[in-house]
Amino acid sequence: MRRLAMCGAAAMLGFVGLAGSAMAEDAAGPAAMRRLTQEQYRQIINDVFGPTVTLGGRFEPDVRDAGLLAVGASQVSVTAAGLEQYDRMARSIAAQVVDEQHRALLVPCKPAAADAADDACAKTFLSKVGRLLFRRPLTQKEVASSVTAAHDAATKTGSFYNGVGLALAGFLEAPEFLFRQEVVEADPDHAGQYRLNAYSKASRLSFFLWNAAPDPELLAAAESGEINKPDGLKKQVDRLMASPRLEIGVRAFFSDMLAFDGFGTLAKDTSLYPKFTSQVLRDAQEQTMRTIVDHLLVQNADYRDLFTTRKTFMTPLLASIYKVQASFPEGVLNPWVAYEYPANAEQAGILTEASFVGLHSQPGRSSATVRGKALREVMLCQKVPDPPGNVNFNLVQDTNNPNFKTARQRLEAHRSEATCAGCHKIMDPVGLSMENFDTIGGFRTTENGAMIDSSGELDGAKFTNVIGLGKAVHDNPAATACIVNRVYQFGVGHKPTKSEAAWMTQTLAANFKTGGYKFTALLKDIATSDTFYRTTAPQTGALDTPHSKLASGQ
Amino acid sequence: MIPLKTFNRRRILKGMLGTSAVTVALPFLDCFLDVNGTALADGQKLPVCFGTWFWGLGLNPGRWEPPTAGKITGFGPELAGLEPYKDKVNVYSGTKVILDGRPMITHFTGDWAVLTGTTPREERVEIPSVDMLIADVIGTKTRFRSIEVTSTGNPVHSYSRRAGAAVNPAEPSPAALYARIFGPEFKDPNAADFKPDPQVMARQSVLSAVKEQRDDLAKTLGAADKARLDEYFSSLRQIEQQLDLELQKPAPLEACSKPEEVKELSPGTEVGTVFANHKLFAGLLAHALACGQTRVINVTFNDATSSLRKAGSSMSHHVFTHEESIDPQLGYQPNVTDFIMNISKGLGTMVATLDSIKEGDGTLLDRMLLMATTDTGYAKVHSLDNMPLITAGRAGGHMKTGIHVVAKGDPATRLGLTVQQAVGVPIHSWGTDSMETSKTFTEVMV
Repeated sequence: MRRLAMCGAAAMLGFVGLAGSAMAEDAAGPAAMRRLTQEQYRQIINDVFGPTVTLGGRFEPDVRDAGLLAVGASQVSVTAAGLEQYDRMARSIAAQVVDEQHRALLVPCKPAAADAADDACAKTFLSKVGRLLFRRPLTQKEVASSVTAAHDAATKTGSFYNGVGLALAGFLEAPEFLFRQEVVEADPDHAGQYRLNAYSKASRLSFFLWNAAPDPELLAAAESGEINKPDGLKKQVDRLMASPRLEIGVRAFFSDMLAFDGFGTLAKDTSLYPKFTSQVLRDAQEQTMRTIVDHLLVQNADYRDLFTTRKTFMTPLLASIYKVQASFPEGVLNPWVAYEYPANAEQAGILTEASFVGLHSQPGRSSATVRGKALREVMLCQKVPDPPGNVNFNLVQDTNNPNFKTARQRLEAHRSEATCAGCHKIMDPVGLSMENFDTIGGFRTTENGAMIDSSGELDGAKFTNVIGLGKAVHDNPAATACIVNRVYQFGVGHKPTKSEAAWMTQTLAANFKTGGYKFTALLKDIATSDTFYRTTAPQTGALDTPHSKLASGQ
Repeated sequence: MIPLKTFNRRRILKGMLGTSAVTVALPFLDCFLDVNGTALADGQKLPVCFGTWFWGLGLNPGRWEPPTAGKITGFGPELAGLEPYKDKVNVYSGTKVILDGRPMITHFTGDWAVLTGTTPREERVEIPSVDMLIADVIGTKTRFRSIEVTSTGNPVHSYSRRAGAAVNPAEPSPAALYARIFGPEFKDPNAADFKPDPQVMARQSVLSAVKEQRDDLAKTLGAADKARLDEYFSSLRQIEQQLDLELQKPAPLEACSKPEEVKELSPGTEVGTVFANHKLFAGLLAHALACGQTRVINVTFNDATSSLRKAGSSMSHHVFTHEESIDPQLGYQPNVTDFIMNISKGLGTMVATLDSIKEGDGTLLDRMLLMATTDTGYAKVHSLDNMPLITAGRAGGHMKTGIHVVAKGDPATRLGLTVQQAVGVPIHSWGTDSMETSKTFTEVMV
């Protein structure tokens, strides 16, 4: 994502990361080593051990880069404090897996004696669970090493289950689990080119569409090599996309793109906004997720209409904040109902939902600048430069001045400062059109007794209220270029190389447009492409992989 | 005959682990300390400790500096909370952060330039902060190489980092910090009985298995990913060290006492909540230091883009710095200054807490060196001049205190270099480009 270096003019550039001169057909990026995100960790534990096994710990914070946690995951390691948490969680999870409630279901064999080591049973269990956690079969060395650890631990503590439990905890805090290390191989069909090996390919695909590790069927397709055949890949992509789990993947992508991790620490002043509760916070996110899932997956509608659709979902709490009347079933706790805003309402599209206007505000009041910046950065993939140093803020300091009652008046004064004007011109006219929403997303028409003027402008498109803003975003080519970019980056975990950027423009974005901006078609286009799995040469030049010594028959 | 010196505690205890519970008599280890508990019997002093204390949005120029250079006879009104400790702190005025043509990333450049010695080129830092350089020297033999906390409720509000894209996450919950330090895995150094746990030895075997795969994993990685893997294994070493220490009877520490269990307070950025959480953190960290659990702490009072707010007010500290008028009578921004006074009170609480733990004739603060830094010299204009810098404690006798150092536009890295040398890091210059310096503040060095 390039910065809008000269704010005033550059706002017209739209998305700027797609231009490139490399030949699109040679598109390839580096293999990544990504730390599992919090959601991925949760999902894997849920998938492998079932929902009754709880995590019992806190994660190291994920890091955002190029607009996505999925890209930041390729930059981070595990700090000492973070590993302490992983260690704690690993032991808690493992203890549950081998406890009396779960062991019959999750440990596929019984030891000869529960109070002593049993290497054969330990090997069966650890090989099976290790394959799912490491997203590939274990190497013979890994199997031997974990069985020895289980043996030692069982002997020292006098318990087979404690032994395998601790060995399992070792898997759960091992780098092979916590990092998705992609492995590169020479492409036998294209001399001199490289691609992910079959297991890494399966992982990239699975995390892309399901935000989860490959299931046994996908691992089998990797083991047999089917995934490397076009038909085999297509079959798997179709299977994954037909699964209800696609919704999990789509939610994960939008949660990342819309920066919903920010809700984890979002604070509002409840003395000013008593309606703001943790339930409102959850409802706000869920409302947008439901809107997205319904619009993109159920209706298979045009992505751009997310910014204009009058269809959404409501809970009584949200209806109260938005000041809308909706009918809710009686006797249901916090019910969700589909809701459609009237045609003349000044609320429509996800920009008017609390998940956007509430997330991008100050604790005690709205912020046109923060919202304008967020719209540029989140929805249009444009980077607004940081404010300069040594700025004189005298012109906007008097909040009690009767001439500066509204945010618009205060910001207009601020924009008269030459050093601030450039950037505020690309943020404020966008953000001011959302001023009908207070800091928690509540609808209002006045601020401090003065009528709110919600007119604005986005890259030359002028409008009178937030409905017009939604339409301007809908029509802005940067919005569709941005979603293409973000989805691809979410899958590969790195900023696009020049060749990938060119491929995105020439192929992905073009297909997206031709197909009517259907999100599922975009996912499929990426998942079945050659580029998605093609890589540059390995950085070390070594193609010897851990998988060359995989244990057989597991 | 085996020489007596080879019978260290670890050797004895390791030999005992094959049996069931072991009780080690206290007198055996008690002989390692002198009568007043401030030094080991061979005359070696209790070890030096280090801490950073970060606050966001600086102070008001002209309102915090002591009136004269040299011996501190008083402070500007914004540091009045330190008055009882004027003999135990130093104040450094007149330093700056030099951009060298790099962009001024507000509330980012200043904090990291002071703490890493390098002015960031972009909104990303990949070099370690000074506390980590120090922890690598003085923190390698404790249960926690360092402990990070934040009073803001957000673990990302940490101003400590290793060579990596992420900060060391800060603990936002005092209750969770209590559990982490003083939970079941805490070995009270003054307890009469000691029972090594076979489960701990079992865990050691498992971590050995994790380590065995290191070479295979590293083989296909490029330099950047290999560095990340190295960081992972460095973190794993801390866990191994914790297990190692759990199998040893710790040396008694007279000043160590297990604090009362801390109840969860609701996190948040309301200034009263932040102050209350900070006070709990200060108490827990002081106990952790006194009990030898760590030698390096990092405290965030408020984040650089301060989200502090007052209940019922629509504006945060940060917003006030930019939007509040200077009161013509007072000559400063009153609401901003109110936040500053709370921050200053917070620093006073931290210093007071460290000073409240008696160790022999002195206090924990005497063997501590706490370095307080911020992101800006004057938040109203995002200035990087006259950065307010404060230290507290004598670093075990390596620092003089009660001194106001007036630097004349020198890089703020002079303090980072000074504190590193004071706690024993073998380094003669620190920082890069115009922030590089080989000049310590000799006025405060012993």
